[in-house]
Amino acid sequence: MALSMTRRALLAATALLSVGFGPAFAQDTVTLTYLVDDNPTNVATSEALKAAFEAENPGIKIEIETRPGGGEGDNIIKTRLATGEMTDVFRYNAGSLFQALNAPQTMLDLTDEPFQANIIDSFKPVVTATDGRIYGVPEEAAMGGGILYNKKIYAELGLTVPKTWAEFMANNEKIKAAGKTAVIQTFGDTWTSQLFVLGDFFNVQAAVPTFAADYTAGKAKYASTPAAMAGFQKGEDVFKAGFLNEDFGSALFADGVRMVATGEGAHYPMLTFAIGGIAQDYAENLPDVGFFAIPGDDAAKNGLTVWMPAATYISKTTAHPEEAKKFVAFIASTKGCDARSSANGATGPYLIKGCELPADVPAAVADLLPYFQQDGLTAPALEFLSPIKGPALEQITVEVGSGIRSAADAAALYDEDVKKQAQQLGLPGWD
Amino acid sequence: MSDAITAGGVTAGRTVARRARRGASYPNWFYLPAAIVFGVLFLLPTIASLFFSLTRWTLFEANFIGLANFIQFFREPFLVQGLINTLIYGVVTSGLKVIIGMLLALLLTSDIIGRGYLRAVVFFPVLVSTVGVGIAFVALMHPTQGMINETLAMVGIKGPAWLTDPRFALYSVALVDVWKGVGLATVIYMAGIVSIPQDYFEAARIDGATAWQNFWAITLPLLKPATVTVIILSLIGGLRSFDLIWAMTRGGPGFTSDVIASVIYKQYQAGFYGLSTAGNVVLFVLVALIIVPLSMFLNRNEVER
Repeated sequence: MALSMTRRALLAATALLSVGFGPAFAQDTVTLTYLVDDNPTNVATSEALKAAFEAENPGIKIEIETRPGGGEGDNIIKTRLATGEMTDVFRYNAGSLFQALNAPQTMLDLTDEPFQANIIDSFKPVVTATDGRIYGVPEEAAMGGGILYNKKIYAELGLTVPKTWAEFMANNEKIKAAGKTAVIQTFGDTWTSQLFVLGDFFNVQAAVPTFAADYTAGKAKYASTPAAMAGFQKGEDVFKAGFLNEDFGSALFADGVRMVATGEGAHYPMLTFAIGGIAQDYAENLPDVGFFAIPGDDAAKNGLTVWMPAATYISKTTAHPEEAKKFVAFIASTKGCDARSSANGATGPYLIKGCELPADVPAAVADLLPYFQQDGLTAPALEFLSPIKGPALEQITVEVGSGIRSAADAAALYDEDVKKQAQQLGLPGWD
Repeated sequence: MSDAITAGGVTAGRTVARRARRGASYPNWFYLPAAIVFGVLFLLPTIASLFFSLTRWTLFEANFIGLANFIQFFREPFLVQGLINTLIYGVVTSGLKVIIGMLLALLLTSDIIGRGYLRAVVFFPVLVSTVGVGIAFVALMHPTQGMINETLAMVGIKGPAWLTDPRFALYSVALVDVWKGVGLATVIYMAGIVSIPQDYFEAARIDGATAWQNFWAITLPLLKPATVTVIILSLIGGLRSFDLIWAMTRGGPGFTSDVIASVIYKQYQAGFYGLSTAGNVVLFVLVALIIVPLSMFLNRNEVER
């Protein structure tokens, strides 16, 4: 008897709830599927967003699906979008990778949604498709691409943060002489191999300010622009000098995070979102990790290449567009930032208005923020200035970083790859 | 000889035709399900892929670009390397399967203890999922924490980076392929060995032949049909191999263990759908070029025997 009473009460409650969601015969709860990459830091963000959102919206359940990162993940996203099998909501890169997705045909247009007012304007162009409409909201904090370093090793050997590539290599030499791994590479996750090329873009732009536009128009090439080829050269240099960890070919991103946090290695070229992973798994080592931009040739022109975070998009085939928009609106609110900060701590400046960083940010974030606070110390990564990113870059940089291919040869090969992508996108000037 | 066969074939054909006119053994609609399945799942996609290989295709729209995809595909810098790797992989795996398979079959048809158990053990890897095997061996072959190199380190040998050293990656995968596939070759050879009539060995014993002579003069020549089967099966398997390589190295490090199939797959992965379709047309023509003469050669052998 007591049982049936409870059940009746429950039924009444759910009936009341479902009134808010349209027809009386609607399902009691709507389940939104949500595809994210399987990087532990990002999964933690998604879990936190899910928990906070579900607590606020009892009628909507979020079901997280994970996918691999890198090229494998690109393939899954493209294929699922093209075949109409995409989850309701999904996370994917902004910038040139987004441009390859044909958003107008596969995603919901979010331009006129009220939550756009919460988003900082500088983010909007990187999720705007060729039709001028906006399709995504930022899911993470902005990132820097540079070098995470172990402060304990620096203190022990009396090193200072390098401002030029030559100083960086001199530091590496001393670290190697002390019997330690100077540079950590983790080619088991091939995407991690691209940092020396992609993270060097501030230096490219400092030397050749028109590079991004000329590159998009097919006029500037990596192989014929010395400043652009320097990124490949850096990958070759650290390999040739024998600075790498012994298992660089098979180590994974998670290994790299561990090594730089615990001092098994001194430098890890990486995006700063990895600080979240350190906060999660090696919290006691968090104060030991610092960050600096990839140094160029001129100490006076030292600055940071900045990454816009991945965005959350809604698939056009979703059966629950209203609920999906509700979730996306939640992500684009200060509550969304709070959920992220609770999961991974602060990793960088947010792109949502009103989202403040806590006063006690991790050391590496404290190293990152000054670049943002002064004009002229940052440049967006090339993938946010140009729609073209060659899909084979990660294999090419693995080859350069493993001594299989020379930097010059790699730059020429990448130019070919870029050409293929530009032709596939149907850009003018490439046929 | 060959005339007679042709004549015979023609006669047989006529008989069939006549029977069909009188009313085939099955009504025509009986063939319909098979025809539909073949048409929809094989014929249409083949024609469609020929068309799409001539376009720049985004899955939403296709722009006709003539033969540009084929030109691009043959300019693909990894393609030549992929072709060479495919041949190396096919020849190495096929050769090792012949040698090791034959030796194991000789061992497992002799009177050894636990023969049934050993036969099962040799065949067992054939039954395991290829991707599972690949992932397991990636862990075993890890340069510093893998069981193989840790074992080698115990006896003072510093093992190579099996899967990440460009000199070894392709061969490491080939060795795993042999480990996984040699069971099938062994079974084929065992069937071949037990079907050799004992009379030959008796006659040889009377003539005072040694075991070595028995092997060279009787077993090996009489195993030729089994050898042909093993070579064909493993060569075809090696030429179209993809799953194990993808599971273990993804064609890496870089492009050093890419085979044709993985080059094509990467084009597809990158969203170059037209280009990867063109690659598949090339692969189709290539396999046909290898297999058609090979099967003609083998059929001629059958007839002569």
